[in-house]
Amino acid sequence: MHWFILKRLLVFPILIFVFSIIAFVLIQAPPGDYLTSYIAELAQGGTTIGQEEIDALRRQFGLDRPLYVQYGIWVSNLLQGDLGYSFEWRRSNAELIGERLMLTLALTTLSLLFTWAVAIPIGIVSATRQYSVVDYVFTVLNYIGLATPNFLLALVLMWLAFDNLGISVTGLFSPEFQNAPWSWARFGDMMSKIWLPMIVLGTAGTAQIARVVRANLLDELGKPYTEMARAKGLPEWRLVLKYPTRVAIAPVVSTLGWYFPQLLSGGLVVAVVMSLPTIGPLLLRALIGQDMYLAGTIILIYSVLTLIGTLVSDILLALLDPRIRMDGA
Amino acid sequence: MAVPETAAPARAERTDNVYVAPAWKMTWWRFRKHKLAVFSLWIVGLIALISLVPHFFATTDPHATSARRAYIPVQPVRFVHEGRPALPFVYGVVGERNQRTLRMEWVVDEELRRPLRLFARGHEYRLLGLIPSDLHLIGFANLAEGEPTPALLGTDRLGRDQWSRLMIGTQISMSIGLVAVALSTLLGILLGGISGYFGGLTDNVIQRVIELLQALPPIPVWLALSAALPRTWPVTLVYFAITVILALLGWTRLAREVRGRFLSLREEDFVTAARLVGASRARIIFSHMVPSFASHIIAAVTLAIPLMILNETFLSFLGLGMRPPAISWGVMLQEAQNLQSVVNAPWLLLPGVFVIITVLALNILGDGLRDAADPYSN
Amino acid sequence: MQQTPTPTERRSEAERPGEPILSVRGLKTHFAMDEGVVRAVDGVSFDLHPGEIVGIVGESGCGKSVTMKSVMRLVQRPGRIVGGEIRYRRPARDGEEALDVDLAQLPGRGRAIRRIRGGDIALIPQEPMASFSPLHSIGDQIVEAILLHQNVGKREARRIAIEKLSEVGMPNPQQRFDAFSWQLSGGLRQRAIIALALSCNPSILVADEPTTAIDVTTQAQVLELLKKLQRDHGSSIVFITHDLGVIAQLADHVVVMYLGRVMEQGPARDIFHAPRHPYTRALLESVPSLHAEARVALPTVSGSIPHPLHRPSGCPFHPRCPDAMPGRCDVDMPALVSVDGGSPVACFLHHDEVEEADRG
Repeated sequence: MHWFILKRLLVFPILIFVFSIIAFVLIQAPPGDYLTSYIAELAQGGTTIGQEEIDALRRQFGLDRPLYVQYGIWVSNLLQGDLGYSFEWRRSNAELIGERLMLTLALTTLSLLFTWAVAIPIGIVSATRQYSVVDYVFTVLNYIGLATPNFLLALVLMWLAFDNLGISVTGLFSPEFQNAPWSWARFGDMMSKIWLPMIVLGTAGTAQIARVVRANLLDELGKPYTEMARAKGLPEWRLVLKYPTRVAIAPVVSTLGWYFPQLLSGGLVVAVVMSLPTIGPLLLRALIGQDMYLAGTIILIYSVLTLIGTLVSDILLALLDPRIRMDGA
Repeated sequence: MAVPETAAPARAERTDNVYVAPAWKMTWWRFRKHKLAVFSLWIVGLIALISLVPHFFATTDPHATSARRAYIPVQPVRFVHEGRPALPFVYGVVGERNQRTLRMEWVVDEELRRPLRLFARGHEYRLLGLIPSDLHLIGFANLAEGEPTPALLGTDRLGRDQWSRLMIGTQISMSIGLVAVALSTLLGILLGGISGYFGGLTDNVIQRVIELLQALPPIPVWLALSAALPRTWPVTLVYFAITVILALLGWTRLAREVRGRFLSLREEDFVTAARLVGASRARIIFSHMVPSFASHIIAAVTLAIPLMILNETFLSFLGLGMRPPAISWGVMLQEAQNLQSVVNAPWLLLPGVFVIITVLALNILGDGLRDAADPYSN
Repeated sequence: MQQTPTPTERRSEAERPGEPILSVRGLKTHFAMDEGVVRAVDGVSFDLHPGEIVGIVGESGCGKSVTMKSVMRLVQRPGRIVGGEIRYRRPARDGEEALDVDLAQLPGRGRAIRRIRGGDIALIPQEPMASFSPLHSIGDQIVEAILLHQNVGKREARRIAIEKLSEVGMPNPQQRFDAFSWQLSGGLRQRAIIALALSCNPSILVADEPTTAIDVTTQAQVLELLKKLQRDHGSSIVFITHDLGVIAQLADHVVVMYLGRVMEQGPARDIFHAPRHPYTRALLESVPSLHAEARVALPTVSGSIPHPLHRPSGCPFHPRCPDAMPGRCDVDMPALVSVDGGSPVACFLHHDEVEEADRG
C-alpha cells in the first residue's frame, strides 16, 4: 500500500505544474488584460487616462512582459508562498483568499459529511426494503433531487424562509459578526447559518450517492456470503450492516474523488446566489474583471483541492478494501 | 445397450416458438415494461415538439418589451365564472400605481373575460425558420383594440410575456444540451474507442489526458472560458462556443465507458472468432463490437443530456452563458438572481420548474433505457 | 442394466434407527414472480435419522437446494413456505434442553430459528469462495459463528476455530486463520467452509452441492472428510447433488426429486439396484460407466425440463416418461407411498393412490 500512495504523491507535483499552465492559459484567454477593463470602467465613469499613464501602469503591473515571462513570475512567486496581488482590490491575494478559503473548505466538508450521513442510510433502507412504500418515496425524492439545479433550490428555500419565517438567510454571518475576529460566538453564528447552504449543496450528491448505495447493496444482498452469514444464525440487521453494506459502501468512499470537486464547483454557484463569503464569488469577479493573478491562483487552488480529494478517496478505499491493499495495484 | 427411441409423449409438450429478435427490438420490449419510463418518453417528446416549433406554442412575441406591463403576476386559466362552469378563459388585469411605493400593482378585473381560443391567429413568425405563419396553439378572444395579449405566466422586469419566452427558451436550452452531448459523444466514442482498441501507448496517453481533464474542477474552467467570449459576439456564435466549452470537459466520461467496453469486448470469444475467420479490423469494430454496446451508448447519451442542460442553465444564470437577446431557461432565471426579485415576483422562478421536469423526464428515460439495454440486470 | 458402483454398508429401510432427527412432511415453497407463481418445492417429504447420510438427487432446478434452504428458513422474498411441516427433534445435549419444534412455524427472523441456524443445522454452501466475505479473514468469520452459539470468550473461540481448521485437514491452521478466502486455493477454501459449518458442533450438516465446483481429487478428499465426520462424530448429513456417482459413494438413504416433488426414495442399495420410478431408472442409465458397451450413444433422459411456469398436468414426469399411461399419468398426480413395505415411490405403475389435490 505504501508503494501505491507513494506513486500518487510523486505524480502530484507534475499534475499541479500542468494545472498551473492550464490555469494561466485560461485566465489569459479573454482578450486584453486587467488594464483593458479598468480603462473601460474609468471611461464609463467619465474619466479618461492618458497613454503615458497607461504605459506606466502596464510596466508597474508587469503586464507589458511576454506571456511566458508573466507565467514564470507567477509560478516563482507561488513557489515562494507569495500568492500575488489583486489589481482590483489592491490587496494581497493571500489576504483576500485566506478566510474565504477556510470557509469554502468548511462548507464543502460539512456538505460532504451531510451527504454521506443522509445518503448511506437512505440507500441501505431502500435496498433492504426494496419495492416497499419507503423505497418508492425515496426513489421519487432522489429523482427530484437530481433534477433540481442547486441554485434554484437555494432560491426557493431562501424565498420560503423569507416568506414564512421572515428571516433573510443570505451570507454566513450575521451583520455583527461579519468582520469580527474569530470567537466561539462567531463560530456558533456561522453554524447557525451554514446549515441551509449545506443542505442545498448536498442535495444533488445525496440523490446520486443514495442510488449508488442502493444499487450496490441490492447486488451484495443477493450474494452467497450474505446468505452464509444468515445461515450462521446472525441477526438480520447485524449481518446486513457488517457484510454486504461494508462491501457496498467501499465504492461510495471512492466517490470522494469526483464528489469533492463537484461540491467545490457547485459551491461556487450557491455562494453567488446566497452571497456567501467563499472563494467562488471572488473567482467570478476576478474572471470578469480579468484580475489575472487572483483568478489564476484561485483556479489553481480549486485544482489542488480536487487532487487532494482524489488522493484521500484512494487512500480510504485502500483502507477499507483489503483486496486493494494486498495487491498494491 | 440401445436406447429405446422416445415414444411420442402421452400429451404433446408445449414447444416454445423460438424467434430470435434483433437486439434493439428486445431492448424496446424490455423498455416498454417500465411504465414510468414510457411516460417520460411522452414528456420528452412533448418538450421536443415545443423545441421544434416554439412560436406555435407561444402566445405573443417573446421579445416585445413594455415598461408599463412590468411584473404582472400569473394570469391563470380558469374554468368557473360567477359560480358557474365555463369554457377555459382568463381574467384581464388592471394596473394601478401604488402612490406610496410607486410600483404598479395589478388587480384582477372580473369584468374582463378573455376566453381561450385554440389554433388562433397571432403574431407572425417563421415555422422552422422558413415558412411564414401566424398560427398559434392558444390565443385569446374578446381582446379590446390595442389590448396586449394576457400573460399566462406573468411578465418580467421589462414587461415581457413569460409564457412565450419559456417556449422559445425551451428550444435553446434543449438544443444546446443536445449539441453539446453530440459533440461529447463524438469525441468520447472516437477517443475512447481508439484508446480501448489499440491499447498500449496510445491508450496510456489518452488515459492520462482524461485523468487530467477529469481532475479539473469543471465550473471554474467553464466560467473562465465563457468569460473569455467577447461581449460583441453574435448570439449564434456564442451558442456554438458554449456547446464546445461544455463538450470539452464532458467527453471524458463517455470515453472511459467506451474504452472499458472495448477492452472487455476485445477478450470476448465472439471477437476472437471474427478475427480468426479473417474479418478486417474495421468490420470487427463496426459490425461486431459496436452493436453490442450501442444500447449502452444510447442510454449514456440520454443521461448526459440533462446534465448539459443543467450546466448551460447555471452558466447563463450567472451571466456567462447565453446572453440576452437570446432566450434560454438560464437567461430567464437570471431575472430571479437575488432574493429581492424573487420576493417581488416569485413567478420568475417558473422556468426552473421546466428545468426540473425536463431533467427529471430525461433521467427517468435514460435510466429506463439503460436497464432495458442491459440484459443482465435483474 | 448398467453396472453402478456398489454402495457398501448401507442400511435398509427397516434398519433406520429410532426417531428421525429431521422430519419433512408435505413441504411447499412457492415463489411469487411477475410472470406467475413458481412452485419450486411442491410437496416434499422425507426423514433424516441421526448419524445417517441422506442424499437428495435430481437435475438442476428440481428444487433440492430450495428444499433444504426452506428447512433452514433461508428462503427470501419473493419465495416463502406456503405449506407443510419441518419437524426438528433433538435430544438434550451439554447445557441445552431437548428440542422438538416445527421449523416452518417459527418466525423467519426470530431468535429461535437463529439459534438453530449454525448451532444445530449448519450449511456447507455451494460456492465456498463467494460464501466468505471478501473483507474479513476466514478466521474472523469462524470465530463469529462460535461466539454466536457458544458461551466462550474470544481467546477460546480462536482456539476452537484453529482446532476445527486442523480437523478438516487445513495445513498450517494458525497462519491460515488470518487468510482471506480469495488467498486460498479451491480445495482449501472448501475445507475452510466446512470448518465454519462444523464450528458449533451442529447436529445436522446440509451440504449443498459441495463437490460441483471442485476437481475430482479434491472431491474425493471432501467426501472422505464427510464420511469421517459421520463415523467419528455421528453427524447427520443431508447431501444435495446431481451427481449420482457421489451419492453412491456416500449416501445411506436417497431421495430422488423432480420438479419440486419426490419421485422415489429409499435405502441407497435399493435405489441403485432396484429402482422403480422411471425417472430414477433413466437417471441411472445415463451415468457413464466403464462397463458400458462401446460405441453406443450414451442414454439420456429424453426431452428437457419443462419451464417452471408451465408445469405438466398430473405426474410432472409424464411428458418424458417412456412408460407414461395416457389418461392416467397426465390427469392425476401420484402420491408418494410405500408399496408392500418397500420404499416409497410416486408412480401409477406401482400403485393407485392419488395425491390429495392441494393446488396452491
